[in-house]
Amino acid sequence: MQFMCLIYSAPNSGPKPGTPEFGMFMKGYGDFTQTVKADGKFVAGDALQGSDTATTVSVREGKAETIDGPFAETKEQLGGYYLLDCTDMDEALKYAAMIPTSEFGRIEVRPVMVWDT
Amino acid sequence: MLPPLSTEQVIERTVREEWGRILASLASGLNDLQLAEDCLQEAVISAMDHWGRNGLPRSPSAWLIIVARRKALDKLRRAQNFARKENEIAYLLELENRPLDDPMTETIPDKRLEMIFTCCHPALERKSQVALTLRTLGGLSTDEIAAAFLDKPSSMQKRITRAKQQIARGGIPYEVPQDADLPERISTVLSVLYLIFNEGYSANSGTTVLRSDLSGEAIRLTRIIVALLPNDCEAAGLLALMLLHDSRRNARVGPAGEIIALEDQNRKRWDREKIQEGVAILKETLPKQGIGPYQIQAAISAVHAQSPAWEQTDWAEIVALYELLFAMQPTSVVQVNLAVAVSYAQTPDAALVIMEKVATAAKIQSYQPYYAAMGNLLARAGRITEAKVSFENAIELSENAQEIAFLKNAARRLLH
Repeated sequence: MQFMCLIYSAPNSGPKPGTPEFGMFMKGYGDFTQTVKADGKFVAGDALQGSDTATTVSVREGKAETIDGPFAETKEQLGGYYLLDCTDMDEALKYAAMIPTSEFGRIEVRPVMVWDT
Repeated sequence: MLPPLSTEQVIERTVREEWGRILASLASGLNDLQLAEDCLQEAVISAMDHWGRNGLPRSPSAWLIIVARRKALDKLRRAQNFARKENEIAYLLELENRPLDDPMTETIPDKRLEMIFTCCHPALERKSQVALTLRTLGGLSTDEIAAAFLDKPSSMQKRITRAKQQIARGGIPYEVPQDADLPERISTVLSVLYLIFNEGYSANSGTTVLRSDLSGEAIRLTRIIVALLPNDCEAAGLLALMLLHDSRRNARVGPAGEIIALEDQNRKRWDREKIQEGVAILKETLPKQGIGPYQIQAAISAVHAQSPAWEQTDWAEIVALYELLFAMQPTSVVQVNLAVAVSYAQTPDAALVIMEKVATAAKIQSYQPYYAAMGNLLARAGRITEAKVSFENAIELSENAQEIAFLKNAARRLLH
């Protein structure tokens, strides 16, 4: 079963780039990715660029309309994700708790919808 | 037929149409004209990109204001003085997080009236009032404004920045003035608009193309003000005056750029639509009992506009209107015009009697139209030698080649 782990944090809440803490933080991500791959849980995972780079597209009356933003979430922004293949929610949550950003941000875990064929 | 507009032109035109309304709304919400302008500018740059790719969105103005607000929120959050901007951030977040079905259907509250009163605040210099009005409500770039007023872009930029700082530091509010101050403040706004129009209309300096744009811009802005102040007779009068003057635009300049006197203009080249609109506005406004100088000047212009030929001009009516105007505005400028009208309604000698009164006024020695009128009146009264001297004085006071050519031609014709 696949679980989407969405990684949220407030801007500037984590370790600052250039500090020793930031090095540890990034190493934490490398280690986590290694772990889920070794355990056969990893499906996909990426970091996203800042929300100030977001563009939204919507189609109205058959016409695509794009607009800058929203880069204005009230507190936290989506910074990245992991798609994990786990046996159940409990296992997914156990892995999600190992994602470094969980220490100052939060990880939202949601099961991927499975369609009956 | 006109060639179809390119996407860039459509975008440019749309942005100019929407600029004033959006900027006014943003600035009054953010309480910061500079921030509002920076963010709107960024939204416009972004629009070029998005709209160029997908065509215009359903509501360009909603699109621009949403993006400008988002940029503002982003900037405020990054700002050093984050804490002091809490109110503005809260305001933007509230707008951003409204549970709207479709934010693209948003109608933007019209704050342009508040904005023009801010731009034309008496604490600002006249030239700054004009520049700021064109920048914020007209959406003209600083370079365009500088070119129209023959200023260096850098000094125009400084002037506009200084005016914005004055508004911010002086706490000049974005609001319609109290009733007691309103007539005075409206009169300042109207005079700024008329100045913009005349900059575009007079051929004193600058390139003609840019300057006729200024007249069109003044008419556009005055239309907005008339719509926002429907009970103000002088605002309507000013609009009528501009339209009636502007109706002669194509007839008053010859193929070589020479000025053509009203007397010699081909009246078939007058813009009938503008005349009809100007006259219709006057007919609606004059009975409202709020008579003022703009309405009277418009009425004078309307007499000319409705006369089929120079020889059929109703000079008695024009004299009566100038007398009314002089009672309200006892200036030499009005008196010279009154005298010229009298010369046709009665005789050049009767006009010269009025001109004797003008001659005693201060500063008349540097007023070119006084000498031009004197030259005309004296020549028609048969006083050729004196007429020559007057025309020479007028030519000496002229600032450009077209005006000099016009005067020389008039002198040649009248003096044989």
